[in-house]
Amino acid sequence: MFSPLVSEYLPILIFLGIALVVSGAAVGLSFVLAQQKPDSEKLSAYECGFEPFEDARRKFDVRFYLVAILFIIFDLEVAFLFPWAVALGDIGMFGFWSMVVFLGILTIGFVYEWKKGALEWE
Amino acid sequence: MGFWSGFAIPTVVIVLQIVAIILPLLVAVAYLTYAERKVLAAMQLRQGPNVVGPFGLLQPLADGIKLLGKETIIPSGANRVLFVAAPMLTFLLALVAWAVIPFQAGWVLADINVGILYLFAISSLGVYGIIIAGWASNSKYAFLGGLRSAAQMVSYEVSIGLVIITVLLCAGSLNLSKIVEAQRTIWFAIPLFPMFVVFFVSALAETNRAPFDLPEGESELSGGFNVEYSSMTFALFFLGEYANMILMSAMTVILFLGGWLPPLDIPPLNWIPGVVWFALKIAMVLFVFIWVRATVPRYRYDQLMRLGWKVFLPFSLLYVVATAGVLVAFDWLP
Repeated sequence: MFSPLVSEYLPILIFLGIALVVSGAAVGLSFVLAQQKPDSEKLSAYECGFEPFEDARRKFDVRFYLVAILFIIFDLEVAFLFPWAVALGDIGMFGFWSMVVFLGILTIGFVYEWKKGALEWE
Repeated sequence: MGFWSGFAIPTVVIVLQIVAIILPLLVAVAYLTYAERKVLAAMQLRQGPNVVGPFGLLQPLADGIKLLGKETIIPSGANRVLFVAAPMLTFLLALVAWAVIPFQAGWVLADINVGILYLFAISSLGVYGIIIAGWASNSKYAFLGGLRSAAQMVSYEVSIGLVIITVLLCAGSLNLSKIVEAQRTIWFAIPLFPMFVVFFVSALAETNRAPFDLPEGESELSGGFNVEYSSMTFALFFLGEYANMILMSAMTVILFLGGWLPPLDIPPLNWIPGVVWFALKIAMVLFVFIWVRATVPRYRYDQLMRLGWKVFLPFSLLYVVATAGVLVAFDWLP
């Protein structure tokens, strides 16, 4: 018999395998069924009838990078909140106020970046 | 305990259960595309698909067969492996998330005690499929669409996380079945109504649906991250996107609308099996998804980021603290 931990997570692993097979089969089947007749015009990148000017991987706006950094900060915060939210009944007032202080510090940072204009687009 | 009764038979049972989830899900996805076209048509005083089969009911099947018969184009400048892997990843994640969804009391494939964390993690991974597609295509439209989509998804991910925290505070468990059972007295949509709205709007943004469908804005990016895709690779993106819509609706129903519980626990209503209630509620939420698409004009990108970072994030953060404060002050914690 499977141990309890394995029997809880084994279905997910098998599901992953089956999903991989289904998606692989779908792509593979279209290669088998459909006629493949590639030519250089067909395979060039789509650019509204022009020849593509330059490589598509060029410089992009630094704000996307900023958003990614901000996301990491706030997602980490959410990761801290998960166990806190479940255990709040056991840790009581002390646990509640510790988290309020932590969120307060984060809010100061958030206000700072708001005032600095890190959240502005255009 | 031998090999057969100990390992082989349980594994076969699990495989059958998985097939019993995937098949109805794929049918639901196919008919969601049909329902979307019919509902949009009705809202715009058109007929919608009505040629293939009675009332056009075979239209999704015809679309699928057509896509299967098309040539898979891999652009010459693309990273071939990543280009094919991206749609597979999107589709795979949209399916795998269903492993922990409880369809009815006890009807769940993997009843893990961190169910909501698993869902949160899987839906966060969804951004990889899109950003890999945008990068691997080596096309400007795809690249810009992928960037925009990734930024948008991570922005709304944060408020979804905070909304989940408020629900957890009220439910006191990460297990999805326990979250549903915690709503037996009252659905969380009522005490947490503002969070319900934030979650629904974030779900629209998370699935790149109208009015937040900028990554695919036809008029400016001509399809966004999936502009270079054709045939089944495109179909997998399409199916993944619609499966994600159903998944987000299921999450809305589980977190806020009482999952499989009937609206009132009285005789004629609680005779109906829970899975029917669950499906009905998902269909309702999906209808609103489509209704929004027919009604609301597309957001501008700066408005979208403003809503995510300057409205939803501070508001949901405040609401987490307020909910926790009220629960602690009145000793209502579960």
